[in-house]
Amino acid sequence: MDIQASRRAHPRTFLVAAAAAWLVAYRALAPTAGRAVGWLPVDPGSRLAESLRFFLYDAPKVLLLLTGVVLVMGIVNTYFTAERTRALLAGHGEGVGNVLAATLGIVTPFCSCSAVPLFIGFVQAGVPLGVTFSFLISAPMVNEVALTLLFGLFGWRTAALYLVLGLAVAIVSGWVIGRMRLEGQVEGWVRELPGAGPGVARADGSFADRLEAGLAAVRDVVGRVWPYVLGGIAVGAGIHGYVPADFLASFMGRSAWWAVPASVLLGVPLYANAAGIIPIVEALLAKGAALGTVLAFMMSVIALSLPELVILRKVLKPRLIAVFVGVVSAGILLVGYVFNAVL
Amino acid sequence: MKDVRVLGSGCANCRATIQLVEDVAKRMGVPITLTKVDQIQDIARYGILATPGVVIDGAVVHAGGIPSRGQVERWFAPTPS
Repeated sequence: MDIQASRRAHPRTFLVAAAAAWLVAYRALAPTAGRAVGWLPVDPGSRLAESLRFFLYDAPKVLLLLTGVVLVMGIVNTYFTAERTRALLAGHGEGVGNVLAATLGIVTPFCSCSAVPLFIGFVQAGVPLGVTFSFLISAPMVNEVALTLLFGLFGWRTAALYLVLGLAVAIVSGWVIGRMRLEGQVEGWVRELPGAGPGVARADGSFADRLEAGLAAVRDVVGRVWPYVLGGIAVGAGIHGYVPADFLASFMGRSAWWAVPASVLLGVPLYANAAGIIPIVEALLAKGAALGTVLAFMMSVIALSLPELVILRKVLKPRLIAVFVGVVSAGILLVGYVFNAVL
Repeated sequence: MKDVRVLGSGCANCRATIQLVEDVAKRMGVPITLTKVDQIQDIARYGILATPGVVIDGAVVHAGGIPSRGQVERWFAPTPS
């Protein structure tokens, strides 16, 4: 209770102290993991020791990264409420609007169960259909959890590529959908709703409130995601040195042209959040699957999901849903091929 | 008697919100009528962008995510008049 009170009184001091503690812990990870393995009754030169060292270093590293990023983004999110994003987007046409919508999708808090109210709210406020779609594609796909996990496990290049290509898919798909003039494919009752209301009149909170929101995000996201992260790293550690690295190369490697479309098709009915898919990504990559193929699979699982399509059916006519799935799949397909060709 | 409506199409966060509202109201001894609004057509009328939303006596007081316990307690605190 004491800590909570002083945290509320001095939120900035708390944040600085937490950042310092975070840095110390992060720098101590590698030596601590090495020493911990030394205490265990395993031969230090064995494969098992190698796997253990990998796990004991990577698991806390990724969880620590995730905690830091989710806290910062939880605070940043409070500045980018859905209401504010909508107001920003309503002032822009297509083109600039698509880029803005995809970018705001990264920093605006979003949960796929809110896709429908959000869609309605945007359309009501006069945000163009294609711009709304750019947001709806980017928000779940390009988010801090996916990027942090990719960075922590596969390095900054993979994370940066995912960010750039994810944004590209969202921007281009939204723009194409906008060009197709499908406004008539939105269910009639949505178009007949009165103009946008004021939404929630939310007073801008103090920094202490923002910090509390960030900490709540850490409890929620890290609390939900850690089993997947540990699972993913355990898979990686288990494979480390045991399974031949080119096991999947023959049928998910770069030379198999049909691997990308197959991955995208496989990904559509599957649904998982960014964290849930990581163990699979780790396993596929470690066994020699091509990066483009694996990232296409990941994007398709996260961005296109059957449950979300079922919810969207309440506001979109089947033809628009089909166009949405078709355009986004084509975009992801292209990403997979470009990735495999470039890397 | 406060009229409380929780807007949301039955996701985990919506259920947690209903639970929290019931719990806090009972604890503070505030009589409420709690209604679940789960049809998207009805939710859309309140103009919220994210669920779960909470409406008290006709005014939207919250949208998106589970509200904090402190927030719910403030809704039910006696208004100084």
